[in-house]
Amino acid sequence: MSEKIATREAYGNALAELGQVNDKVVVLDADLAGATKTGIFKKAFPHRFFDMGIAEADLVATAAGMSTMGLIPFASTFAMFGAGRAYEQVRNSVAYPKFNVKLCMSHAGVSVGEDGGSHQCIEDLALMRVIPGMTVIVPADASETRKAVFALAEMQGPAYLRLARLASPVFEEDYPFEIGKANVLREGTDVVLFACGLMVSESLAAAELLRGNGVSAAVVNVHTLKPIDAECVTRYAKQCGAVVTVEEHSVIGGLGDAVADVLMGNVACKFRKIGVQDRFGQSGKAADVLREYGLTADQIAAETLASLKG
Amino acid sequence: MTTQSLSEVCRQVRRDIINMTANAGSGHPGGSLSAVELMVGTFYTQMRVNPKNPQDPARDRFVLSKGHAAPCYYGVLAEMGFFSREEFQNFRQLHSILQGHPDAKKVPGVDASTGSLGQGVSIANGMALAAKHLGLDTKVFCLCGDGECQEGQIWEAFMAAAHYHLDNLTVMIDWNGLQIDGTNDEVMSLGDLPAKLRAFGFDVVELPDGNDLSQVLSALEIPALPGRPKCILAHTVKGKGVSYMENQVGWHGKAPNEEQRQQALKELEG
Repeated sequence: MSEKIATREAYGNALAELGQVNDKVVVLDADLAGATKTGIFKKAFPHRFFDMGIAEADLVATAAGMSTMGLIPFASTFAMFGAGRAYEQVRNSVAYPKFNVKLCMSHAGVSVGEDGGSHQCIEDLALMRVIPGMTVIVPADASETRKAVFALAEMQGPAYLRLARLASPVFEEDYPFEIGKANVLREGTDVVLFACGLMVSESLAAAELLRGNGVSAAVVNVHTLKPIDAECVTRYAKQCGAVVTVEEHSVIGGLGDAVADVLMGNVACKFRKIGVQDRFGQSGKAADVLREYGLTADQIAAETLASLKG
Repeated sequence: MTTQSLSEVCRQVRRDIINMTANAGSGHPGGSLSAVELMVGTFYTQMRVNPKNPQDPARDRFVLSKGHAAPCYYGVLAEMGFFSREEFQNFRQLHSILQGHPDAKKVPGVDASTGSLGQGVSIANGMALAAKHLGLDTKVFCLCGDGECQEGQIWEAFMAAAHYHLDNLTVMIDWNGLQIDGTNDEVMSLGDLPAKLRAFGFDVVELPDGNDLSQVLSALEIPALPGRPKCILAHTVKGKGVSYMENQVGWHGKAPNEEQRQQALKELEG
């Protein structure tokens, strides 16, 4: 875990690589190619890149139309605008007809940092999960982002990929990625931490801290929130008897609720959701903001210990 | 097909609209009746489609942005042979392919799911842009309502159509002047719509009477200017062809009762 690279950066690189092997792939952006990193694809394939201007509703519905012609559009902007402002276009123009559009939105979560609460989308996973037939993926690192991008091009139907602005650690290059299949990164017996996105590396660090407190914590990377790996979630909840979910998203409607939906009425266990506690984000350095919202490794470890005692 | 036989198709589609909405007890007859000539003219004289192979990759595309005019759309598609007229009786019923608003997953010949207003031009742009990208000679037609031009996304899409030089796109606006709560001017004035469209980069053809089939056919025949999207701005009559519905705001989203159905069908006899 030496190198740090943002998932948005990995996304741009992966797109450019994908473009070489799949000529159906086209990319659309809304005047944020420099930030979402679709600019990397634009540089490699200028004629397969379409800037729609600062018009996210139009961006999403244009991608819908392009998909009906057999192209595979990847549409990108910030999560706030792609999942938020253009929500109804995603729902009605893309998902309702089951069109093959890949919505890849960056600058999700509070780790956006300085831009503040207006730009820190903490609701996108809830908004996308609730749409019938939508696949929802949150890659944990650069390596997984690349695999997810290639997997999205192979699958048929609408999908949402959540990307982060902040550079983050890269895990092993060779662990498997399959849509809908959670990855067990660390075995444990006392508690299981189900995490996604940037919170996977924080949860791994938290598990190490918990070990120092005599607690054996499993860490599972639930990169696909929908369809969620119910078998894996159930097995580890039963095995550990205590569940903690960790996400850089509102505790309403995201990973925590997705896990709860699996376990409710099925597994009796302790349960704690760590995430943004029903409030908006704010400006600050990313590390400071993550700490303010309780999303750092030591805070996750402390909250986990509290939940086991409770 | 002669203009006379196309007129007969229009009359039949109008009868279908009345029967579908009356059977369902709901639906949108007013804005369906105003759009008949535009849709029949487009499908019968402009579009390369094959009802026996609705997914033919070489087909031209049509997007009904004003998706509530579904009864007109269904009437035209069935008349062309995309599906059986027997489906009409299931319009708006459970498990029907004929949903209240067009569902691309269900209806042969429908390429975009619409009904939520303001999104169709963007979808049509995507089709036209993809066609150009793929080197196809596909033509794309999009029918909008006037009221939906109050949606901001419509203008985002108009901007993009000009920016990307979509001369394979024809937008038609069914300008009947009425929407749910009143006239366009009472609800939210559209202002000088032809001037606005020209300012946005469209080649605008304004039709004094968009329910006059010969005017519609002539406008459709005007070739696109190279590099520019085309817009047919058609002044129409909401509820056209049924005396008690014409220019009546109340017939936007209300079905005729049995007595009203019989009267309408009588007026629409050949």
